[in-house]
Amino acid sequence: MEPILQVKDLVVSFRAYAGKVQAVRGVSFDLFKGETLAIVGESGSGKSVTTKAVLGILPKNGMIENGEIWYQGEDMAKYEEKDFYKIRGKKISLVFQDPLSALNPIMKIGKQIMEALILSLKMPKAEAKKKALDLMKAVGIPEAEVRFEQYPFQFSGGMRQRIVIAIALASDPEILVCDEPTTALDVTIQAQILDLINEMKAKANVSVIFITHDMGVVANMADRICVMYAGKIVETGTVDEIFYEPAHPYTWALLSSMPDLDTKEKLFAIPGAPPNMIAPPKGDAFAARNKYALAIDFEEDPPYFQLSDTHFAATWLLHPDAPKVEMPEILKNRIKRMKEEEAKYGK
Amino acid sequence: MASEINNKEVVLEVKNLVMHFSSKKRGRTHRVKAVDDVSFNIYRGETFGLVGESGCGKTTTGRTLIRLYNPTGGEIYFEGKPLHGKMTNELRKYITSNIAMIFQDPIASLNPRMTVQEIIGEGLKIRGVKDPEERRKIVVDMLKKVGLMEEHATRYPHEFSGGQRQRIGIARALVTNPKMIIADEPVSALDVSVQAQVINLLNDLQEEYGLTILFIAHNLSVVKYFSDRIGIMYFGKLVELADCDELFKYPLHPYTKSLLSAIPQPDPNHERRRKRISYNSKIHKYDEGENKPHYFEVRPNHFVYCSDAEYPAYQAEVAEIEASLKGEQA
Repeated sequence: MEPILQVKDLVVSFRAYAGKVQAVRGVSFDLFKGETLAIVGESGSGKSVTTKAVLGILPKNGMIENGEIWYQGEDMAKYEEKDFYKIRGKKISLVFQDPLSALNPIMKIGKQIMEALILSLKMPKAEAKKKALDLMKAVGIPEAEVRFEQYPFQFSGGMRQRIVIAIALASDPEILVCDEPTTALDVTIQAQILDLINEMKAKANVSVIFITHDMGVVANMADRICVMYAGKIVETGTVDEIFYEPAHPYTWALLSSMPDLDTKEKLFAIPGAPPNMIAPPKGDAFAARNKYALAIDFEEDPPYFQLSDTHFAATWLLHPDAPKVEMPEILKNRIKRMKEEEAKYGK
Repeated sequence: MASEINNKEVVLEVKNLVMHFSSKKRGRTHRVKAVDDVSFNIYRGETFGLVGESGCGKTTTGRTLIRLYNPTGGEIYFEGKPLHGKMTNELRKYITSNIAMIFQDPIASLNPRMTVQEIIGEGLKIRGVKDPEERRKIVVDMLKKVGLMEEHATRYPHEFSGGQRQRIGIARALVTNPKMIIADEPVSALDVSVQAQVINLLNDLQEEYGLTILFIAHNLSVVKYFSDRIGIMYFGKLVELADCDELFKYPLHPYTKSLLSAIPQPDPNHERRRKRISYNSKIHKYDEGENKPHYFEVRPNHFVYCSDAEYPAYQAEVAEIEASLKGEQA
């Protein structure tokens, strides 16, 4: 299968007062038609910056230093601002974390949805209004006609996020980028919005890039997962591979640092804090916080080791000469529990 | 488990707590019932989790308990001594020396113009530790307990990361040796990897000091991990209260069921199987008059807030659960 979006060896840096912040350091991934690719990592890992680079909305002090972003046979890394006009909001749409700041507070909701249709699809006004109402109904807004005339502050957080999704889907995009779309929402509303994104994805056959730090949400949404740390993808695989056969110590740590509903053991806390990206450490950036780190981790960056057709991890532990280590007890128990449940209920 | 709790000593007793806020809008008084008829007990040495969506009144409950707000009605007793009623200097002293609070936002809750030593030592100063050298010693000890170092004492809050700031907040709460801690979303502002550090720290400190903790949070997995008993709040009301395992195994109130069904689990197969239950608050037959809801103990130590008319339905459900439990045993 041909990927619809290909990112190759992307390097993004920011000029800052204290020096150059190396936010993304050689990220490559493919996005296939109709799949959801989740990018997971803690704040500062470069997951948002990667997608911002794809959409050409990096802040003024940010720059793509290296790499290619292939979409529709063109390298978007070389695009000028005006070249993005035919892509952004038309072919690739974005849903932000905070739906209140994504909407214009002094413009009626209906008009904001129509604006997307009129500007990007050159739709006549009457038709745009009809389509906007249809979209509002499709994303589950009750009494769409009344809501059409209201302002963002009259909507609840969940309803606002539905509107943002309606606007994002107005122009029938091929790719939907969701940057922590449910982090600001309550768990019941979050479940509704995730269901909505899944439903819209199936209906319109869009590909989704889903950014989050919540492993529970990832398990719900993703087909494939990229785990990012300090500007690099440290492990990538299908959702089952990452959750049931994780191979990178950072993925282990990420999975076992949060309790699930059956956790009784002491949590596996990652010591220390993420590295300063103005001067990233030599070798593996995670080595200093990693109790499994080998001497070579402090010297040389690990290459990707292939575990299956879809599963890659960048850790020296997978080298044939490396000592064999076990994942943390808490995670091993959890995977065992999950396997038992699978045997009981089936997939 | 049940008998164990019955033997335990009640530290904090909350009876029909009501906290209404009123505001005037175009001449009309607008009432927000942030906390409405909430009752629960907290036993010595336990962690009581208070869960609910944003705006359900869980934070207001916590703040009303230590009289950051003046309750509209109801009674609060700490070790048998009433905390409600007129606020006097004596009462304030009693509350602050027994109950301490850890806040959600580690940036906003620390004074940016004070050094860590001043922040943590302030409570000691008020408590009458006049000698600066002695204060310093206690502060340094406390810093070490929460995983910080002696040289951090002279720094300012902005020099720390989020996780470290939350540690300072914990040190400040514990330095006066309170009997109870109210932790209001202590980890939700932190990064995933740092959350685990703070949760582990709170767990260790609870064991060391034998603390009683009221843990307020919206992340159900964290609450389940951390708490002994859990109360579920919805729109100002505490709708269900039970032991942690009991609640997750046999949720009875429809809102609890809906909330539990919405938790995303880090298990792809579980997520594929998951069925979400939606909740409609209109199904309840509550009113202010005859059908006034109150707490029913449906199973040992498992309470549901419902009206007399609704109670039989819960009873039937409990009977079913107990029948299936018997079947399992046999």
